[in-house]
Amino acid sequence: MSDKQPRESFEHKMRDPALNPLGEPPQPGDRPDPDIIALGSEMAIAEADVRSAEDGEYVRGSSLWRDAWRRLLKNKLAVFGMVVVIVITVASLIGPALIKATLGITPDYIPSNDVKLIKSFPPFTGPNGEFSWSHPMGTDNAGRDQFARVLQGGQISLFVGVISTLVSLLIGVSYGAIAGYLGGRVDNLMMRLVDVLYSLPYVILVIVLLSMFRSQTARGQLVLLFVALGSVSWLTMARIVRGQVLSLKNQEFVLAARATGVSTFRIIFRHLVPNTLGPVIVYATLTIPQVMLTEAFLSFLGFGVQAPLASWGSLASDGAQNIAIFPWQLIFPGVTMALTLFSLNFLGDGLRDALDPQMRTD
Amino acid sequence: MLRFIIKRLLVTIPTILVVITITWGLVRLAPGNFYSGEKKLPAAIEKNIREKYGLDKPWYQQYGKTMWNIVRHFDFGTSLRYQGQSVNKIIARSLPISASVGILAYLLALLIGIPVGCVAALKQNSKWDYTSMALTMLGISIPNFVLGPILVLVFALSLYWLPPSRWDGYFSLNLILPVVTLSAVYMAYIARLTRAGMLEVLRSDYIRTARAKGLSEREVVVRHALRGGLMPVISYTGPALAFLLTGTVVIEKIFALPGLGNYFIQASLNRDEPLVIGIVAFIAITLLLMNLVVDIAYAYLDPRVRYS
Repeated sequence: MSDKQPRESFEHKMRDPALNPLGEPPQPGDRPDPDIIALGSEMAIAEADVRSAEDGEYVRGSSLWRDAWRRLLKNKLAVFGMVVVIVITVASLIGPALIKATLGITPDYIPSNDVKLIKSFPPFTGPNGEFSWSHPMGTDNAGRDQFARVLQGGQISLFVGVISTLVSLLIGVSYGAIAGYLGGRVDNLMMRLVDVLYSLPYVILVIVLLSMFRSQTARGQLVLLFVALGSVSWLTMARIVRGQVLSLKNQEFVLAARATGVSTFRIIFRHLVPNTLGPVIVYATLTIPQVMLTEAFLSFLGFGVQAPLASWGSLASDGAQNIAIFPWQLIFPGVTMALTLFSLNFLGDGLRDALDPQMRTD
Repeated sequence: MLRFIIKRLLVTIPTILVVITITWGLVRLAPGNFYSGEKKLPAAIEKNIREKYGLDKPWYQQYGKTMWNIVRHFDFGTSLRYQGQSVNKIIARSLPISASVGILAYLLALLIGIPVGCVAALKQNSKWDYTSMALTMLGISIPNFVLGPILVLVFALSLYWLPPSRWDGYFSLNLILPVVTLSAVYMAYIARLTRAGMLEVLRSDYIRTARAKGLSEREVVVRHALRGGLMPVISYTGPALAFLLTGTVVIEKIFALPGLGNYFIQASLNRDEPLVIGIVAFIAITLLLMNLVVDIAYAYLDPRVRYS
């Protein structure tokens, strides 16, 4: 909240492309905007700083990234989000192994040696109804430890979220950068296609795709899920990158690159794309919860992750059927997931405020 | 204006055809067939089935016939699973259920979301602002398939205030839980959009003018600021409709409502090809036409938008 002044001056110009009725991101020509250019060149410098830091040489001074980091740390909600995301990610990654090492239970361990144990126990309850630490989230219908299952489900949910976002990054960034840099008729055609795709009921099409091409193996279905989710969530990314490239491509460093004979491909991917990194990181952070939510939605309906793999969505789906008798089967995966999405959204919003005041929508 | 509408229609109609084609392609390209179950069919029976459904013809003839029936007669054929029922009949029966849940949910969201967003914008950076924005973020983050069963658990299975599920006509308590569950997300989005739009408008010159000429704060907000501040909400109606359509799919499953979404899931799982194509086409047509209406309304309401 330290940069009230610059943020306010940006306020009247920001326009979410998704809210633009004609679907056309603002053209650079129709707003003579010194701020964009200032931000752009600042980012170009920032990139140089990062690069020299990678070479092992520590450059002092206030780079865009360091400024952004400072601003992010001042935003309490964003820090809260970041901490929760890190905790949940680490817990999901090492939790199941840790539980196995200490208690000797795996997420799919069914206590088949004792029939009395094959039923759903409430949280913190032992086989005779006494208090026990062994199942802090209770067990499911087969007597499997819910805590281990929720952590393992987190692996799959986060994995799907991250991989599908990377797929959408790859498509969206290349598409947007190419359209923005080439401009003219190519740009017009490419963005028209994005407009058309925007208006499609894509979740419905994804359901058709997933159900018709249903894979025999759980892993195959997971790959299908990446492809389906990644290939529908790149549209906004393409628009954002195109807008950035449009405002960058007439700057001196691009002219210099062109003058020294750098190829178009290299200009786009080595000179322009790195400078769009700020908004791209922000939007990618906000894409992850969206993708995770869509994945959970699909898994809940039975089209997504298949047994024996489980995600928070499919665990919630199992739990929803027993809500009347064993509510903890829904509440734990559901609340864990909601907490993660909540935190990711706050982190993304915080990153946006810190990195790119221009993109603020509130 | 007319040119604008015609121009948009020229984009919308091919898009609808493309969606139908994509769906048809997905259904046809997928490995296997709707009749191939666990048991292998005798060759003669398989041949008869293929003949009956025209599968023995080349693909372009099948595609041409499907498209012709849709374009010319708006006829999607007969369901494969619900014997003897045409796709149109199933849609006509289930649509009102989905639509009533969806429209009620959207109205509820507007009714609560807009005031909450307005107050948050008017008292920016106050406790109320932070609390309501945190709550809306919570609303966006809780998946409706988690919220729904929890509401059922609390209000139906513990407090016994409301019936837990099933369809019981348009004027029954059964509608309350599905509508509330579905509207939670839009409520949150609309509150955030209203707040963002109002914040932008409240800083503009014409609001300053309105205040300067001595209007009461109430009049400034209601007569001047709201009109501009609600523009983001209006343009959100298009995407909201898309969400609404996918949202009802889950809601209908949770609350066992015989709506369009429930039929769509069943059709996808059963590989009921005509029904899948029919419902997807129907959804695409509704969605695209609604988007068109929203764009026209937007252009009409906001004089800054030109119909070029």
